[in-house]
Amino acid sequence: MTERLGVTPAQTVGPYLHIGLRWPDGPYVVPEGTPGAVWIRGRILDGAGAPVVDAMVESWQADPDGRFDHPDDPRGARPPTLASFRGFGRAETDGQGWYRLLTVKPGPLPDPDGGTEAPHLTLSVFGRGLLHRLVTRLYFPDEPAANAADPVLRGVDAGRRDTLLASPAPDGLRFDIHLQGDRETVFFAL
Amino acid sequence: MTQETVDQAGSGLVLPRYRRDDVDAHPPLLSPGYKSTVGRAPRQPLTYLPQRLTEVTGPLLGEGRLGDLDHDLTRQHDGEPQGQRIIVHGRVRDGDGRPVAGTLVEIWQANAAGRYRHATDSWPAPLDPHFDGVGRALTDEQGRYRFVTVRPGAYPWRNHDNAWRPAHIHFSLFGRAFTQRLVTQMYFPGDPLFSQDPIFNSVRDPKARERMIARYDHAATMPEWALAYEFDIVLRGREGTPFEDEDDDD
Ligand SMILES: [Fe+3]
Repeated sequence: MTERLGVTPAQTVGPYLHIGLRWPDGPYVVPEGTPGAVWIRGRILDGAGAPVVDAMVESWQADPDGRFDHPDDPRGARPPTLASFRGFGRAETDGQGWYRLLTVKPGPLPDPDGGTEAPHLTLSVFGRGLLHRLVTRLYFPDEPAANAADPVLRGVDAGRRDTLLASPAPDGLRFDIHLQGDRETVFFAL
Repeated sequence: MTQETVDQAGSGLVLPRYRRDDVDAHPPLLSPGYKSTVGRAPRQPLTYLPQRLTEVTGPLLGEGRLGDLDHDLTRQHDGEPQGQRIIVHGRVRDGDGRPVAGTLVEIWQANAAGRYRHATDSWPAPLDPHFDGVGRALTDEQGRYRFVTVRPGAYPWRNHDNAWRPAHIHFSLFGRAFTQRLVTQMYFPGDPLFSQDPIFNSVRDPKARERMIARYDHAATMPEWALAYEFDIVLRGREGTPFEDEDDDD
């Protein structure tokens, strides 16, 4: 039998997160030169529209075939067919609040309720002033049909759905994260 | 993969279910005593996210990320750091008491004088040439981890008049799934600075606050070498597994 234990509470990463959490290869979900790789860049902004310079974004996603190399995927863990695909990215913001991740678009995913999830990244945001991580999702602008059918997006207030949509940029995609304000990003209770 | 195969695979897909995030154990995002939360905490209510494949899986980052001395913060330079040598050890378990094995634990901390080796930490306490304040470890099969370090000092910050952070070590954990990701801070027992610290006190439930305080562990001390503290960490548990009775009585 198992016992039920209270969880350890979350606390902020504080302003010195970089010394503990900086990985030289953090932003590389895939290595440079991977076919189909795109840079996702964006800014993290506070309620006054000021850049958040002491924050970090982490991403997690399926591979381009919509698979995870993880034992709890009921379809079976499957190593990615794409060389050096890590699925995970970690990017701190710079002095202007910019973060960047190099990745590939994941495949669509089967939903337990029978539908299909559009390609997406699940993101965690950590920072000074954030006592617990914020969870959000990033969807792709070139998937309008899949996005329209996505069960998670459909559960989001229609007027705020576009805060979860990356936009095309000259060299990849742009995804800003607004912690507060008129354009506050949709954050999720997980 | 075509749309049809995705849909077919979708029917009958049984995922592990994690309990929802415990809003009573975690601090409210808007905790105005900690001033930086005021401009940074979202003001809209959080939107319910059903846990799907992306949330019940997660990065399983292993040995490749660790160097031999990453767990021993006193041996990362030619000389030893100043300060009280301590062992910090404990178990990582989920809310059902199951060990979380093979998970990456990352820590960072101030030196014995309360100063971080960081470009923006500029208060006048000495840096220590022999201390970076950064460690990494993997839990073993029983979910155990162990670090050797020095006891961090308290440090001032500008949140309120004469504000000091209680001594603490920052901890980052992945767990087995995205749902279990946790960043927290470990505190030391009996710290007189607790009462004036809005970050520690942002956790409203006193019992939950206690879970951030390490226990002095005399049995684990190393005689004539180091004191020891035990810090057990509990990540979110499951609602039950597909192979167990799914009845949940709370
Ligand atoms: Fe700190």
